[in-house]
Parts: sequence; C-alpha cells; structure tokens
Amino acid sequence: MSSVAVAGNVRSAAALHRRSEDRIAWLLAAPAIVLLLLFVLLPVVAVIFLGFTDFELGYGKFRLVGFENYAHLLTDRTFRRSLWNTSVYTAIVAPVSIVLGLGVALLIEGEPRARGFFRTVYFLPVASLIVAMATVWQYLFHPTIGPLNALLALVGIPGPNWLGASNTVLYSLSIIGIWQSVGFNMVLFLAGLTAIPRELYAAAHVDGAKSALDRFFLVTWPMLGPTTLFVVTISITNAVKVFETVKMLTDGGPNKASEVLLFTIYQEGFVYLRVGYASAMTVVFLAILVVLMLLQYRVLDRRVHYT
Amino acid sequence: MTSIPAGRIIRFALLSLGALMILAPYIFMISTAGKTQSDIFTSSLSLIPEHFYFAENFAKALSKVPMATLLWNGVLVCGMIFFFQVLVAIPCAYAMAKLKFRAARLMMVLVMLGLLVPIHATALPLYVAFDRMSLLNSYTSLVAPFTISVFAIFMFLQFFRAMPDDLIHAARLDGMSELGIVARVIVPNAWPAVTAFAIFSVVAHWNDLYWPLIVVSKQAYATPPLGLMYFRAAEAGDDYGALMAATLIITLPLVVAFLFAQKRFVEGITMTGLKG
Repeated sequence: MSSVAVAGNVRSAAALHRRSEDRIAWLLAAPAIVLLLLFVLLPVVAVIFLGFTDFELGYGKFRLVGFENYAHLLTDRTFRRSLWNTSVYTAIVAPVSIVLGLGVALLIEGEPRARGFFRTVYFLPVASLIVAMATVWQYLFHPTIGPLNALLALVGIPGPNWLGASNTVLYSLSIIGIWQSVGFNMVLFLAGLTAIPRELYAAAHVDGAKSALDRFFLVTWPMLGPTTLFVVTISITNAVKVFETVKMLTDGGPNKASEVLLFTIYQEGFVYLRVGYASAMTVVFLAILVVLMLLQYRVLDRRVHYT
Repeated sequence: MTSIPAGRIIRFALLSLGALMILAPYIFMISTAGKTQSDIFTSSLSLIPEHFYFAENFAKALSKVPMATLLWNGVLVCGMIFFFQVLVAIPCAYAMAKLKFRAARLMMVLVMLGLLVPIHATALPLYVAFDRMSLLNSYTSLVAPFTISVFAIFMFLQFFRAMPDDLIHAARLDGMSELGIVARVIVPNAWPAVTAFAIFSVVAHWNDLYWPLIVVSKQAYATPPLGLMYFRAAEAGDDYGALMAATLIITLPLVVAFLFAQKRFVEGITMTGLKG
C-alpha cells in the first residue's frame, strides 16, 4: 500500500482515467456545442456584423457602412415610435400583471375550498393559443358588434373604438397582455408562497404582527424577494417581446400607434427585406435584454439574500 | 351564513370576479361559435345563441381551413423539436454535471449567454442562411433552429447535479459505457425533469408565431397559429361565427391537455419558470 511505485501507478492510472473521461465528456457535449455555435453564437455574431452593412435580401452585393444604420435609427421616426410604444406597453403590462398576479396568489393561498378551481381558471390563458385568443379579443373589442361596447352602452357610456383608434390601441393591447400573463405570475408567486416556512408567521404573530397586513410586510413580502425579482424580470422581458397580438390584430396601426420593437424588426427585415438595417435594430433589442439581465444581477447581489 | 367571516366572503367575491374576467373570452368564443351571422350582429350580449348554428360554423371552419394539416404540422414540429432538444441536451448536461469535463466552465458561460438570446435575435441571419440553402417552407427550417435548447441543458444540469453519484459508480462497476449510463440510468431517473421540460417546450413552440411566419409561406407547412392567421386574413370580413369555431378547434388540444395534466403543467411551468 505504502510503496511509492504502487502510488505512482495509481496516480497515472487516475490521470489516464481522467483524460479518457474528459474525452467522453467532449463527445457527449459535442452535438450541443456544434448546434450552439451554429444556431446561437454564429447568428449573433452575424447579426452584429450585418448591422454595419447595407445588406438587402435579393441584392447580391453589400458594403460596410460603419455606424450609418445606427445614425439612421436615431432619426427614424418609426423606430422611435416603436421604442416608445414598447416602453409604454411594458410600463403598463409588467407592473399591473405582477401586482394582480401577487394579489390573486395571496387570495388563492388563503382560500381553503375552491383553490384548485381558481388556480385552473387563472392559469388557462397560459395554456391557450395566444394567436387564437387574440382573435377572440378582437371580437370582444369590436366597436359595433363587440360585447364590450354593448355592455358599456347598457350603462350609457359610448364605447371607444378599442383596437381601431390610435389613442386607445396600445391600452387595448395592454389589456390582452395583462389578461394573458396574470395567471403565469400567479403560479410563480404561489410557488414562492408555499416555500415560506409556516413558523415565521407564528413568530411574527408572537412579535405582535396581529393584522394580515402587518404579517404581509413583516414576513411574506421580504421572503418573496427572490420570487418577485424573478417575476419582475420575466414580466418585463416578455412584455418587451410583444409581437403576436400586434401582428394578428393591428399590424402596427392605426398610424403606427401600435408599432412595437419586434414588429418593426419583422417588418423591416422580413417584409421590406432590409436585412442590414433590421440587424441594427436587432442589436438594440439584444442590448435591451442584456441591460435587463445585468440589472437583475445587480439587484440580486444587493438585496434579495433571504434564501 | 352568519358564521362565515366577512373576510372570506370578500376574498371569494374578488376571486370570482377575476375568474369571470379571465373566462369571459372563452365564454364568448363558445357562444359566438354557435351563432348565425345575424345573431352576432344583433345580440352580442346574449350568451345562448338564438338558432343553434354550431354545426354550420364548424363545417365552414373545417372546409376553409385544412385543420387536420395544421394540427398534424403542429404535432410534428413540436414533437421533433422536443425530441432533438432532449437528445442533444441530456448527454451534454450529463457530461457537465457528472464527468470530469475540463470545458464544463466554458460550457456554463455559453449556456448562460445562450439563455439571453431569443429566436428574435438570431432570426435574420438564420433566415438568410435558410433562404440561400433553399430550405424555406420545410420542416427542417421550422425545427432546426430549436434543436439546441440551452434552457434544456440548464434545467437538466440542475437536475443531474442533485442525482447521487453512487448510482453512476455502480453502473460503471457493472461495466456500462458512459453512453449506456446516459441511456439506461440517467434518462429513466430524469423523468420528472423531462416531463416538465416537455410541457414548457410544447407550450412555447405550439404558440410560436414569429419563426413560422418568417420561414413558411405555404399552407402545407403552416403550424396552427400561422394557419389561423391565414384563415383570418382570407375570411377578413366579419364572419365571426366561423372564425370563433376555427379558434375553438385550434385552442382545444392544448387546453384539454392542460385540464387533464394540470398538476404537471403547473409544475412544468414553475420548474422551468419560463414562457415562450
């Protein structure tokens, strides 16, 4: 056992084994690495490169134009409109669906009997085809034959032209967005709530937190920190990525009042085929996602060290 | 009645009100799918159709939309995507979690970067490439970009790390190859993670409109969202009866699956914590 030769042998055998294990690992990971390069990394590099060119699909040649596309973006009214609309949409949908999601989760958590039923109902939109449900919403929002305006007429309010007027279209789309994501946020919050140890509530009670509100701010809210951060990031990212409802219901109109980032990129790149210019837009879109992620990490580092 | 505290009544009322708002589109979808055109125009608030027109509306939807093709395309595309994602991700995650893999850290960085990049960011170069290879309007173009799911790798990685090493050591002592271990020890034990991921993946790709819209322009390869879009564009007008019938047929499969496997769905979504 203590012989040096044997120890040396064992060590080199172990090294050999380690090397062969490394080789097998490479083999097992190889398909993933190749596909990752092919479908994620390479396209990202390509999109950054294309953003510096005037590439258009259908034309053989293209040239490097430096920051021309980006300079153009700064003054492009459609793009600015699109950024602004996406921000407004996100500023409405993310906070409202988070607050409602948390509210519903808290209510369901306290509801002993019909809990399963309510959870199913609120979650239903997540499992539904959004493109299909958007069509239903279009009918609900129809200015003349839609049930929503018929309902408003009953109480004597003249209903707006929801999706058809430039001053209401973004809010109408936001309503659909909220309807779609409340249940998703609720499910995440419910998972966070069940992870809170019951004893904490008992302890808070002993410490004098008598009302439900006191207990919420003393225990629930701080303990939900990591969940909330996660829900916030996901909600913002998903709202920034709004596309389906816009493409389906408004095509960015009327008068570009519902142009959103992904729709503008889609239009530029795949309809007008101005790939170079659309690539520059895509880089801006990616930059927004990167900033959101960095913000999440910063907050994560600072605050939510509860678990 | 008096014994029920006011708090509970308020809570129940609030939940019911919210539930009603969530359900309203579904209720109107079903009701409108059974109405005649004149019914739709005159009485939008009555939920029970005056003349039951379900059969006619469904017949119209089914004759105008090649529903079987759409659903089959949806199943095929989602199925293939899921199959390849799992096939590629599991060995990779196993190598990263359980083998002495020197590139594991580098892979982790790649995975984290990959998590950040949605299809919307890579669509332009991929489209140009598929166009050059004349692969537009094919199942290949619908499936290929999604065969790699960094999210799957990330999820399986977490799951495998929690698996006991003894299981693998025992299999090695039995003389199993690493590939054999993946196939016969890891996969059977990873079943909960696989189902959770399946639900995430299928929901995401069944619903996706962006990528199919880009690479497909022929009915023959249309997925359900795209097919519904074509139908709506072609039928433009206000034939909401037929449109709602088509909507109903297309929404049904996933909703029914959800109602049957509810617990798994909710688990899947919370475990993966992400949405398309």
